Amino acid sequence: MSGSASLTYERALRALALEREDLVVLTAENRAHVRGLPRELGPRFIDVGICEQTMVGAAAGLALRGRTPVVHALATFLTLRAFEFIRTDVGLPGLPVTLVGFVPGLLSEANGPTHQAIDDVAVMRAIPGMQVVCPADLGELVEALPQVVASRRPAYVRYTAAPPAVEHVAPFAIGKAEVLSPDEGVSLLTYGPLLREAERARGLLAARGVPVHLVNLRTLEPVDEEAIVDAVRPAELVVTLEDHFHRGGLHTIVAETCLKHHLTPSVLSLDLGTSFFRPALLPDVLEHEGLSGARVAERILDALCHREANA
Amino acid sequence: MNALPAAFPRAATEGHRDLEALALRVREHCLRMTAGGGCFIGASLSCVDLLVHLYSRVLDVRPETLDDPGRDYLLLSKGHDVPALYGTLAELGFFPVDRLRHHLRPTDSLYWHPSRAVPGVEFHSGSLGHLLAVGIGIALEIRLRAGRNRVFVVLGDGELDEGSVWEACLVAAAQRLDNLVAVVDRNGLQANCRTEELVPLEPLAAKLRAFGWACRTADGHSFADLDAAFAGLPDTPGRPSVIVARTVRGKGVPSLEDRADRWFAAFSEAEVEALLRELRGGRAAALASEGMVVR
Repeated sequence: MSGSASLTYERALRALALEREDLVVLTAENRAHVRGLPRELGPRFIDVGICEQTMVGAAAGLALRGRTPVVHALATFLTLRAFEFIRTDVGLPGLPVTLVGFVPGLLSEANGPTHQAIDDVAVMRAIPGMQVVCPADLGELVEALPQVVASRRPAYVRYTAAPPAVEHVAPFAIGKAEVLSPDEGVSLLTYGPLLREAERARGLLAARGVPVHLVNLRTLEPVDEEAIVDAVRPAELVVTLEDHFHRGGLHTIVAETCLKHHLTPSVLSLDLGTSFFRPALLPDVLEHEGLSGARVAERILDALCHREANA
Repeated sequence: MNALPAAFPRAATEGHRDLEALALRVREHCLRMTAGGGCFIGASLSCVDLLVHLYSRVLDVRPETLDDPGRDYLLLSKGHDVPALYGTLAELGFFPVDRLRHHLRPTDSLYWHPSRAVPGVEFHSGSLGHLLAVGIGIALEIRLRAGRNRVFVVLGDGELDEGSVWEACLVAAAQRLDNLVAVVDRNGLQANCRTEELVPLEPLAAKLRAFGWACRTADGHSFADLDAAFAGLPDTPGRPSVIVARTVRGKGVPSLEDRADRWFAAFSEAEVEALLRELRGGRAAALASEGMVVR
């Protein structure tokens, strides 16, 4: 359960570091969410400056010697600038490095396309053995963190400090989705902070008499294939909702899973297509990109009407 | 170069005949690896003396201590010179010399770049500009444990084109990692060109010093020079050290020396026999195989 929302990421990481002598924290001068740690961790907090590649390489070196590094940088610079270091120095040898990316998805708000990590899931899940963890809110993040670190395997975590997206019904587990409203009709699959919008859309659709089977994927690698199949099989319409390019994220994962299980559902994909989003504050981005709860509900109703018209 | 007392008196008392004999055998192994598919022979021959010297006189690592957290580390960052490392490790007992005959077999891991599956290879490489960063992590961890062991990272001079090397140089200096030693195999040639004709590196020592490193230079083929260069490290407490070792690509075989077209080479068995004779002082080998094979 995510009843620990009062716990900040920093406190959770500090608690874990006090518990685990092997844990070391690195950052490429992104200290906003770990500001108190230098004082708390002493030499186990290493700020390399704005050097993402060196940070990831150094994390590999620390891990070779038995440490469990948790590294931090803006998600786009971490996953793209340091990509080859992640793939070659962490992924290939399977070292226990946890890569925490700040402001992923829409969370870069008004920074502009340079800062938009909306291809991060695609590139991280392309690395064999890389776990891809996408908490919906701070509670899920702090619940996931000890499990990810304890896995002693490479992991990429999409950071969020968002308040509870929903009232969670299942404890976090790597590779296990959370089914929030088991129902038949429309199956809505999502991950990350958009879960909040998905829950709003679910409420709006319920009021219109459209039942929604809502799934919070939580981890995209490993992914809960069973939860996807269970959501897809009875659904009149499958909806994938994500703050990511169309290719390489949840839509692709659902497509791969359906192909594997001989399923050919009707799918509505709500994502960023092939475009960078218009930089603005988050509520405005959600509206503009059609990813707010209200717009998601509308777009699902449109799709249902369209299907009926064509039936 | 700072003249510091030798930390390893063996060098003074025994001379270098043992190292010279070992280097000759390692060069023979490298040349044999040019048959049956070939290897990056130019860079391999340029760093043989460096690796032989480091493993014989500098590094505190033996086959029995490969899992000892107190061992010294050597990381071969440029990677494609790995035949010299394979030869050195095999000769020093890290794995059987016979295994070198497995070069390029899919059932073993002796391929064109280093693999951790080979005993003594601390980390894989092949993509240039990675292992100084990895070495920083190892050196940081050693410091966390208050260990006294050291990390040596061998870089190619062409590799210094990579920005990640200079990024790592900044970080190593900022972290005051005086248990980290970089060794530049300064053979003056990168894949196809002379370094100074493509992306000039000079004044290299001054650049490295400006990045906060203590820099020494040495003749990378003189064991006496290398004794002095590696003695008394760190050169300056609180600073990482770098040894710029002047070397010759293809060193030891005049037909292959200092040639831009002898980077990667795949020779016939007969050519390898002729090169082995040349290595031992025979006349120049007649080489019909094309000079440059692009890999």
